[in-house]
Amino acid sequence: MRIERRAAPSRRMQVLSPLLALVATGLTGAAIFAGLGQPPAAVMYAFFIAPVRDLYGISELLLKATPLLLCAVGLSLCFRARVWNIGAEGQFILGALGGGVVALACNEFSAGFGWALLGASVAGMLAGTAWAGIVALLRDRFDCSEILTSIMLNYIALQLLLWAVHGPLKDPAGFNFPESALLVEELLLPTLHPDYRVHIGLPIALLAAAGLWLLMARSLLGFQVRVFGESARTAGYAGFSSRVLLWFVLAACGALAGLAGAFEVLGPVGQVTPHLSAGYGFSAIIVVFLGRNHPVGIVLAGLLFALTFIGGENLQIEFGLPRSITQMFQGMLLFYLLAADFLINHRLRLPGAAPALAGER
Amino acid sequence: MTPPVRLELVGIGKRFGAVVANDSIDLRLRPGEIHAVLGENGAGKSTLMLLLYGVLQPDSGSIVWEGREVSVSDPGTARRLGIGMVFQHFSLLRTLSVRQNLQLAYPDLDEQRLAQVLGDFDLRIELDVRVGLLSPGEMQRVEILRCLLQDMKLLILDEPTSVLTPAEVEQLVAILRKLAQRGCSVLFITHKLDEARALCREATVLRGGRVAGRLELAGSSDADITRLMLGGEPPPAQLARAAAPPGATALQLRGICAQLPGQRRGRLENIDLSLASGEILGIAGVSGSGQEALAAVVAGEIRPSAGSLWLDGEDLGRSGVRQRRRRGIRVLPVDRLHHAAAAGLTLDENYLLSHYDDAACHSGPWLHWGRVAALATQLIQDAAVRAPSAAAQARQLSGGNLQKFLVGRELAGAPRVLVCYNPTWGVDPGAQANIHAALAAARNAGMAILLLSEDTEELYRLCDRLGALCDGRLSPQLPTAEVDRDLLGQWMTGAGGSSPQRSGACA
Repeated sequence: MRIERRAAPSRRMQVLSPLLALVATGLTGAAIFAGLGQPPAAVMYAFFIAPVRDLYGISELLLKATPLLLCAVGLSLCFRARVWNIGAEGQFILGALGGGVVALACNEFSAGFGWALLGASVAGMLAGTAWAGIVALLRDRFDCSEILTSIMLNYIALQLLLWAVHGPLKDPAGFNFPESALLVEELLLPTLHPDYRVHIGLPIALLAAAGLWLLMARSLLGFQVRVFGESARTAGYAGFSSRVLLWFVLAACGALAGLAGAFEVLGPVGQVTPHLSAGYGFSAIIVVFLGRNHPVGIVLAGLLFALTFIGGENLQIEFGLPRSITQMFQGMLLFYLLAADFLINHRLRLPGAAPALAGER
Repeated sequence: MTPPVRLELVGIGKRFGAVVANDSIDLRLRPGEIHAVLGENGAGKSTLMLLLYGVLQPDSGSIVWEGREVSVSDPGTARRLGIGMVFQHFSLLRTLSVRQNLQLAYPDLDEQRLAQVLGDFDLRIELDVRVGLLSPGEMQRVEILRCLLQDMKLLILDEPTSVLTPAEVEQLVAILRKLAQRGCSVLFITHKLDEARALCREATVLRGGRVAGRLELAGSSDADITRLMLGGEPPPAQLARAAAPPGATALQLRGICAQLPGQRRGRLENIDLSLASGEILGIAGVSGSGQEALAAVVAGEIRPSAGSLWLDGEDLGRSGVRQRRRRGIRVLPVDRLHHAAAAGLTLDENYLLSHYDDAACHSGPWLHWGRVAALATQLIQDAAVRAPSAAAQARQLSGGNLQKFLVGRELAGAPRVLVCYNPTWGVDPGAQANIHAALAAARNAGMAILLLSEDTEELYRLCDRLGALCDGRLSPQLPTAEVDRDLLGQWMTGAGGSSPQRSGACA
């Protein structure tokens, strides 16, 4: 059996492949549940449908989608430039820390909470940017692979967070739990509706996605990013600075991921804890690929991924299945997506099969 | 007892589609002979050597090895016969040590023999150093060592000195002499006459895939040899040009020294050049003589280590690519698909690469895609580019069509200066004629054009003045009528002490 490149990959299949991957993931998931002795239909219902049966469920979905979208929009920009930043998780954590430190410092204020909230958000963005800046600096000055440095910085960020909640940020009145004090109500992000937890981070994330579209489709800067991603040599030829573009995409991604982290602290969590991120920074990578690196696709994929988080929790409760179900589904989605993409660009040729006549190169 | 003839090639022919790379080539080689194979780019030297080493198979003719006709079906067979080859691009694994690389070729490497070969040939190689840390000269010695570890009867070297410093060239010469003394034959492919003279008694000159002549180097003048390499016919007549004489100096380079980053080839030494508006100045040279660096220096993509660059009397040395483009300097590099354009971008996007600063294409931070697409579509029509639409990707176009598009793109907006390198390399004759006509028309309209080309016919046809690069040094530039093929050949090969500007070598 041989593998060869297709002369002309089908455009339609390129758009459809995320749906194909989703169907294959569902079928495989059902087979696995059946193998575990669970009724597949009921489990699939509990995973995909039950969480969004009512308005509250949908609002929780949107709440989960917010950090995913913010991270994914930033990563999308990096990936357009073929800067493989795997460090949104670390940038998210630093943003949570930066935002948390500023918010906690303002916890005793009696007024000016609006400004404090803004300050905490900006601090989160700056902290995320600084963390991503390390990656940019290492690649710019020493030509280090951003893949490796950004992954390693994720672990350092996590240790930094653990140190902070076990040390300087620990709530003195918190019974020695590794958590900060709770933020006062006034320091939490305004919610969109008093009955639900989804907050103004959601419209901001959607604005970011729209901004990404505007940047990439309409602006000279976005065009530069794309040219740089296609060929750094061509970018240099056209007079676009590869260094500026590298710093720009990483800084922008760091800011968005940092904002996502700060919003978690200032939103649903309300304090700095060791478990701020459910792996949003990592999942966002898959969201970008699943969304075909396009703003609309990313929004849809972000919603789907938020569903896997909530659906996984639901399965824990209703069927006593392990938490790792979520990761299993996310992993299968990526696996099937990559497989579908591979088969769109390549074909398998069985031994003895006649060579294709048309379009052969 | 060794036979008197080690290798004889009889009537070797090889064609690739419509292109005849080798046509009834004969060659004889005695044991212990170092034989030069001379010729221009595309003369068929490399194809012939690949046939001999079993990488390619000849369509006709026979290879007689030590008196017996053989078929060299693959490089393994060649090595078993005792034929070794050192390629221009090294085939070593950079992350492994020298010793590990040798062990890949010889799983039971004999340490004694290794030490003996190292000593005999004075190779000076550290065995436990990673190959990636070696200089090009050292890597080449590792390749030679790898060949020498078996019983070598013929060593083929393809342009071996192009990546070496002068000291390393001397070392190589010493190694090859020793090898020849032991009865090993050497085929030395080159286009540099002085090196061929230093090493070889006889040379075979190829031109256009045929043997142009076989000669004793000692008894032949440089002019004789370059005439064989370039052909003795009178050069083609220049395309019609406007009556107006060249105007004022547009572009001037003074004492430029430069080096492409990360490459040993392609340095420039002390280049002085001035280009007037309304003229085409042609620079000949075999590939790797510094053309890429010259184009990159003018574009602003690399900073020269010394010297200055002037446009219309103004020093542009400090300005970047974008500022120079705004001032009307355009460059068309040799790599169409990954440098002058991006393969994955559409034609309108590729059009924008050179016109994003035009008022028609953007205002403030925003691009006017509609207008860009209209301009690109217009260009596709005007330049007779065969493309489905402006939304086609660059990689979908044939070389000739993409090049027509790119030449049109660079000429659009009537820039002051255009530098292009091999603008018609690998394009079909129709596209070539189109591009030549476009360049001549732009010149007649007053543009200053610097044409770097490895195609001497093209240079004679288009240029008002001619010069040549050899090893990063520039010859004088004279009116085309005063430059016959002999002189141009001498400039290109650095022969006859004609390489000027030796004095001011770069640091």
